[in-house]
Amino acid sequence: MASEGQTSTEYIQHHLQNLTYGKLPAGYTRYDGTVLEQSTWTMAHSSQEATDMGFMAVHLDTLGWSIGLGLIFCFLFSRAAKKATVGVPRGFQSFVELLVDFVNNTVKDIFHHKNAMIAPMALTIFVWVFLMNLMDLVPVDWLPLTAATIAGDPHFFFKVVPTTDPNATLGMAFTVFAFMIFFSIQQKGLLGFVKELTLHPFHAGKWYIDIILIPINLILETVSLIAKPISLGLRLFGNLYAGEMIFILIALMFSAGLVLGLFGGVLQWAWAVFHVLVITLQAFVFMVLTTVYMAMAYDIEEEH
Amino acid sequence: MNINLTLIGQSITFIIFILFCMKYVWPMLLNVMQEREKKIADGLDAAEMADKDLELAKQKATQQLREAKEQAAALIEQANKRAGQIIDEAKDQARAEGERLKAAAQAEIEQNANRAKEELRGKVAALALVGAEKVLQASIDKKAHNELLDKLAADL
Repeated sequence: MASEGQTSTEYIQHHLQNLTYGKLPAGYTRYDGTVLEQSTWTMAHSSQEATDMGFMAVHLDTLGWSIGLGLIFCFLFSRAAKKATVGVPRGFQSFVELLVDFVNNTVKDIFHHKNAMIAPMALTIFVWVFLMNLMDLVPVDWLPLTAATIAGDPHFFFKVVPTTDPNATLGMAFTVFAFMIFFSIQQKGLLGFVKELTLHPFHAGKWYIDIILIPINLILETVSLIAKPISLGLRLFGNLYAGEMIFILIALMFSAGLVLGLFGGVLQWAWAVFHVLVITLQAFVFMVLTTVYMAMAYDIEEEH
Repeated sequence: MNINLTLIGQSITFIIFILFCMKYVWPMLLNVMQEREKKIADGLDAAEMADKDLELAKQKATQQLREAKEQAAALIEQANKRAGQIIDEAKDQARAEGERLKAAAQAEIEQNANRAKEELRGKVAALALVGAEKVLQASIDKKAHNELLDKLAADL
């Protein structure tokens, strides 16, 4: 809800700003007019400050929620794994087994090689991303207002959906990318990896034509290689960011009178129901694409 | 929406969670599930085997029942035959006994008749003698005519 003295634009901007802890350079003029004598690590008090921190900054809310949700995943699943019995599965164990079975089948369908890491990674991605996406269904003002009340600062930034932060999604995507390059080189050797980049997709068979084709191949393959992590990360980010944005816009209606407020409530409910589908699907897509990329790293490209 | 250290933090977190899942979650759960799968498969096999055994036992029971029935039928037939035989034997015995009784009775009757005839003969002889005495009115020497009288009695 937009509080008094806050315009809709400010409300939206406030909602889209992460809680940032970072280094401000020496000689920087803070939000309250003070000038820093030397570079300092501090909390950002405005979007401008957060931007000016550059790369040397950490989004505490993104990391906090993602680590917290990841710990919840680890705790619940390891407990279920420890308690798991061969007998009739009950309660949470059957739910966990359902998930494991689902992920296992999906991975088996896509990835046909032996690697003990792919399936657990897929499970981690699916559950963790789903949990992070799930934060999107919590009404947009609940957690930020609670945090602001606890912090005693009405302008306390607090973004609860880690996947609406490109840092989180791209961080995961680049990790997947790193694994992909690693497995690719491990399976095909450095030479094989380079060959894949240079002698593909165009391949003539005569060395003097191949030499001409190498730069073209290299450009094409590099672009498609780089596009993989970026599209992977931005797809998740884009979907969730858009969903979050619509929740925020709907939340603006709550301060616009009873009729619009009620209408907003209905809208929010409808969008949340629709969003249940989106968050599950996006978690699934991230998992499947990761597995596909790993399979690509392992598969030796057939000759054309 | 600034790209910053969060990216690296998230990457490290991601890897740690993957390693955790790989070490403490996935193998245990998969083991348990595979073990259960095996157990269920074994159970199904055992059930199938039991079914087969049951089928065999049923067949055996049916066969035994049939054999028993056949045996019983044979026994009954034998018994019937034996009964017929016994009846026949009894009949034969009864007939023989009746025959014997009849023969004995006839023999007795004949004996009695003969005895009566003898008696009658004797009496007739005496009567004839008395009659002859009376006719002749004279005493006749019994000794002299005894032979004649006996002959007469035998002819009667």
